[in-house]
Amino acid sequence: MRGTGKSKVMRYRKWGYIFLLPFVLVYIGFSLIPLITTVYNSFFENYRSGLTQVGPNFIGLRNFKAIFSDGDIWIYAKNTLIMWVLGFVPQILVSLLLGAWFSNPRLRLKGAGFFKTVIYLPNLIMASAFAMLFFTLFSDGGPINSLLMQLGIFKEPYQFLSNVWSTRGLVAFMNFIMWFGNTTILLMAGMMGVDTSLFEAAEVDGATSTQVFYRITLPLLRPILVYVLITSLIGGLQMFDVPQVLTNGSGDPVRSSMTLIMFLNKQLFSKNYGLGGALSVVLFVLTGILSLVVYRISNTKEKER
Amino acid sequence: MKKENTRKLKNGVSLGVRRGIAYTVLVLITFLCLFWFYVLLINATRSNGDLKAGFSPFPGVHLYDNWKNLLAGTLPVWTGMINSLMVSTLCAVFSTYFSTMTAYAIHAYEFKMKKFMFTFILMVMAIPTQVTALGFVQLVARMNLEDSFLPLIVPTIAAPVTFFYMKQYMDSTLPLSLIEAARIDGAGEFRVFNIIVVPMMKPAIAVQAIFTFVSSWNNYFVPALILHDEKKKTLPILIAQLRSADFLKFDMGQVYMMIAFSIFPVILVYLFLSRFIVQGVALGSVKG
Amino acid sequence: MKKKSVSAILAATMIVTMLAGCGSAKDGAQATGSDAVKDDAGQETGTSVEAETETESEEGQVLNIYCWNEEFKSRITDHYPGYEEVDGTTGAIGDITVKWNITPSKDNAYQNNLDEALLKQADAAADEKIDIFLVEADYALKYVDTDYAMKIADLGITDADLANQYQYTKEIVTDSKGDLKGVSWQGCPGLLVYRRDIAKEVLGTDDPNEVQKAVADWETFQKTAGLMADKGYHITSSAVDTYRTFSNNVTSKWVEDGKLNIDDNIMNWVTLSKEMVDAGQTGTYELWSDDWSKGFYPDGNVFCYFGPAWFVDFSMAADTQGSIASQGGWAATEGPQSYFWGGTWICATAGTDNQSLVKDIMLKLTTDEEIMTDIVVADNDFVNNVPAMEKMAADASKASKVLGGQNPLPKYCAGVGNIVMNSSSIYDQGCNEEFQTAMNNYFDGNATLEEALELFYKGVTEKYPEISIPEQ
Repeated sequence: MRGTGKSKVMRYRKWGYIFLLPFVLVYIGFSLIPLITTVYNSFFENYRSGLTQVGPNFIGLRNFKAIFSDGDIWIYAKNTLIMWVLGFVPQILVSLLLGAWFSNPRLRLKGAGFFKTVIYLPNLIMASAFAMLFFTLFSDGGPINSLLMQLGIFKEPYQFLSNVWSTRGLVAFMNFIMWFGNTTILLMAGMMGVDTSLFEAAEVDGATSTQVFYRITLPLLRPILVYVLITSLIGGLQMFDVPQVLTNGSGDPVRSSMTLIMFLNKQLFSKNYGLGGALSVVLFVLTGILSLVVYRISNTKEKER
Repeated sequence: MKKENTRKLKNGVSLGVRRGIAYTVLVLITFLCLFWFYVLLINATRSNGDLKAGFSPFPGVHLYDNWKNLLAGTLPVWTGMINSLMVSTLCAVFSTYFSTMTAYAIHAYEFKMKKFMFTFILMVMAIPTQVTALGFVQLVARMNLEDSFLPLIVPTIAAPVTFFYMKQYMDSTLPLSLIEAARIDGAGEFRVFNIIVVPMMKPAIAVQAIFTFVSSWNNYFVPALILHDEKKKTLPILIAQLRSADFLKFDMGQVYMMIAFSIFPVILVYLFLSRFIVQGVALGSVKG
Repeated sequence: MKKKSVSAILAATMIVTMLAGCGSAKDGAQATGSDAVKDDAGQETGTSVEAETETESEEGQVLNIYCWNEEFKSRITDHYPGYEEVDGTTGAIGDITVKWNITPSKDNAYQNNLDEALLKQADAAADEKIDIFLVEADYALKYVDTDYAMKIADLGITDADLANQYQYTKEIVTDSKGDLKGVSWQGCPGLLVYRRDIAKEVLGTDDPNEVQKAVADWETFQKTAGLMADKGYHITSSAVDTYRTFSNNVTSKWVEDGKLNIDDNIMNWVTLSKEMVDAGQTGTYELWSDDWSKGFYPDGNVFCYFGPAWFVDFSMAADTQGSIASQGGWAATEGPQSYFWGGTWICATAGTDNQSLVKDIMLKLTTDEEIMTDIVVADNDFVNNVPAMEKMAADASKASKVLGGQNPLPKYCAGVGNIVMNSSSIYDQGCNEEFQTAMNNYFDGNATLEEALELFYKGVTEKYPEISIPEQ
C-alpha cells in the first residue's frame, strides 16, 4: 500500500513532525506536567489534613504496598468489570444489530433516519440529571415499584438500591442507555466508508443477510470495532459518574458497586496525592497493558487476512 | 433449482418476520431513548411541591412559573448558555481539527518517532482523568488562568481518544494514493490536508465533534474548580448552584427547568451535526 | 519558567490557529484569554505596594466574600444599610466593592476552592485576599481551628457585644484554644414535628404538652413507635431522622488523641434504629429523597419529623395542595433531646484589609436587635438573638399556619438553651457522613454490625489518612 520512494519519504518527513507539533506542545503543557507530578507523588506521603499539609515525605513503595495489602482493589476491579460487562455486552450487541439492520438494503426500514437520530439522544442528558430521574422512577414509592406491585410481581416495594444485583443492574442499565447510541453512531460512521455497491452486489449474488453481515460488514468495520472495544474497555475501567451519582458516592450496598475510579475519587477528599497517585499509576499500567494487548491482537489478525 | 426456490421462500417469509422484529425492537429502543426527555419536560412543568409528592406521568401547570422564577433568580442563565456554547463549540472545533491533523501525521508520513508517538498516545489514552485533574487545576492556578476559558479549550487540542478514532477511520477510508495524486497536482502539504483530507473526514469529524461538544457541554468537575466569576460560569455549574441553593430558594421545579433549558442547545447542535452521519450509507462512498 | 512555557503555548496555539485560518470566534476567545492574563498581572503590580503598608486605617477597596449559596448575600442586600447591588456577584458599600465568590457545595467544591484560596492568602494581593468566608457547623472547626480565621476579639468585637447570642452558636466556632472565631445571625434549634391526626388516633390527644409525654425520652419514643406500627404508621420516615439528635448529645469527640472514637450515644442510635427498622417502625431512606418526603402527605403515614424552624416553614411542602402542612396538620414539641440543624457562620480571614467593615457587618447582622428582628419578619429566619426571639415567643400573633395555629417559638427557645456543642472535632463532617452511610448497610441487612463498622473505618481512613483505627 505504501509504495512511496525513499527520497519522497525524506522530503515529507518534516511534515509529519510539523503536523504533530500542536498535539505535542499542548500535551506537554497541559497533561504531561500533571501526569509526571502524579507519578512522582506516588512515592511520597502527601495529603492534607484539614488545611494542614502532611508531607511530601519520601516513603518509597509504601503507597503501592498499602493499595495491595488489604486486597480491596481487586474487589473494586471486579465490581468495575462486572458492571462494565453487564452494560457492554447488550450495548455492542444492540449496536451491531442496529448497524446490520440499517446497512441491510433488503430490509428497507422506513424511518431509519429518525431511529438513527434518536438513539444517541440519551447521551445528551447529564449523568447527574439522569440519576435524578432514576431515583424518582425506582424509588420505593415510584412508578416502577407501583407497576411491579400492580402486576403482582412484588407484594412489598422492591428496594432497588439496597440490593447488590439490582444496584449493579441499574448502573449497567444506565450505562447501556447512555452509551449504546454512541457505539451505534461510531459503527454507522464507519459504515459510511463502505461502498453500497458491495451490498448490492452481494444481494445479486444471493448472499443471505447473515452472510453479508459476517463477510462484508464486520470485516470492513474492523478498525472501528477495535476502536470501540478499546475505548469502551478504557471507559469501562474508568467508570465513575453513573455509579457515583446513583449511589451518592458510597458504592453501596457494602461497596459492591464501588468502581476503581470511585475509590480513586475517595482519595481526593484529603487531597491524598500520594496514595491517589499510586492508585493512578496502577490503573494506568493495568489499562495500558489491556488496551495494548487488545490492539495488538486485533491488528495481527488484520494482517493475517 | 429446487434449493434456490426454498431459499427464496425462506427469505420471503423471514424477511417479513424480520422486518416486524426490527420495527418492534426499534420502537422499544425509541421509547427507551425518548422517555427520559418526556419525564424531564413533565418535571419542568411541575412545582417543587408537586415534584416532592412523587412521580406523575402527566404535565403540571407550573411551566411558566418555573421559567419566570428561574429568570427572576440571580443566576445568569443566559450568560451561562453563551459561555457553554462558546466553550463547547471551540472544544469541538479544536479537538476535531487538531486530532485529524495528528492522525494525519501518523497516517500519511514516515518518520523516526512515528511508532513511538503512536504507542505513546495509545498509552496516555488509558490515563484516568481523575487524579491528574487536581494536578491540572493546580497547574492552571500557577499559570494564572483561573476564570479563563483557555484551560478548558486549549487542552482539547491533545485529545488522545479523538486522535485514535481519526486514525482508525483514516485506516479504513483514506487511501494514500489520493494524497499522492494531490501532491502531483502541486498542492502544498497544508493545502492537501485542509482541502482534501479534512472534507473526506467529514463523517468522522461530525461524530467526534458531537462527542466532544456533548462531553464539554456536560462537564462539571474541572470547570467548577476553575471558573468562579459568575459571568464566566457554564451551565452545569449553575445547575449545581441551583441544586445546592439554600432552603429558602430551593426549588426542584427550577432545577428541572434549568436542565431542560440547558438540553435544548445540545439537541439542536446534535440534530445539525447528525445530518452528516445519519444521511446514510449512500453518501459516503469515498472508497471507490 | 512557568510563565514562559505558558506564553510559548499561547503563541504556538495562536500561530496554529492563524495558519489554520479558522473562524473569528476563535480569535475572540484567544484575545479575551490573553487579556485576562494581562489584567491579572496589572493588578498584582499595582497593589503589591499597598499590601505591605496595610494598616487599620487604610481600608482595602475590595471586600471578597466566599460562600456556597445566595443566602448570606440576600441577607446583606436586604438588611445591611448602604449595600447596593451592582450585579449577580458584585455589590458596593460606599466606595468599597463587594465581590461574591460563590462555589456550590456539591462534591465538596466549595471547600476545595476555599482551601486553595486560603493557602494562597498570604501571597495574594490585598484586593484579592479573602476577607470573609462562611462555614457550616459540620466542618466549622476545620477552618476555625487554624490561623486562617481571625479571633473575633481581634476585630474589636467584645463578649458584651455577643451577649445576646445563643451559647451553642458560639461553641461551634470556638477553637481548641478557647478563642471565638466566628459569628452567626441564625439559631437553628430543632423540634419534633408530629402529625396531629395520627397523635389523636394513636395517643388520644394532639396537645403538644401531652404528646411530649409519649416522646419524652428514647425509651418511651420506642414504645410509641410500637403503638404507631400497630396502626400502620411509621414513627419517623427514616432512621437518619433521629441521627442529629443523638450526635448533638455526645460526650466525646469523633477523634480523641488521633484515634477514632465512637461515642456511646452514637451507638445508642445504632441499636435503637436497628430495632426500629427491623420492627418495621421506620425506613432507611436517604434524607431529602422522594421516599423520605412522602410523609409530608397524608398517605405517607409518617408520624413525625425532626426539624428546626426553617425546615417546618420551607421544606414540608406547605405551598403544595394536599400536603399535611398546607392543612395545618402538624404540631411541634421538644422531643427526646435538644438538637440543632443547619446554620451559617461568618468568619473573618486573617490578613483581611477590611477589618472595620468586616467588624461592622458582623455586628449589624448578628448583634443588632432591630436588624435581626427585621430578618425574622422578612425572611422567617430564627435569629441568633435571645431577647428578640423571646419577645416573639411571647407574641401570640406569631402563630404558625403549618403547625395549625401553634406558636412554636416558646418550644424552640426552651430547647435552644440545652444544646451543648463542646465535643466537636475537625473531622465531624466526614465521620458523620461515613457513619450514616456505613450503618445503612447494617439496617438494610446487607452487613453485620461488625462489617458495617469495618466499612465506617475504611471510609474514615480514606478521608482522613492520619486517623488511626481502634484495635478490635
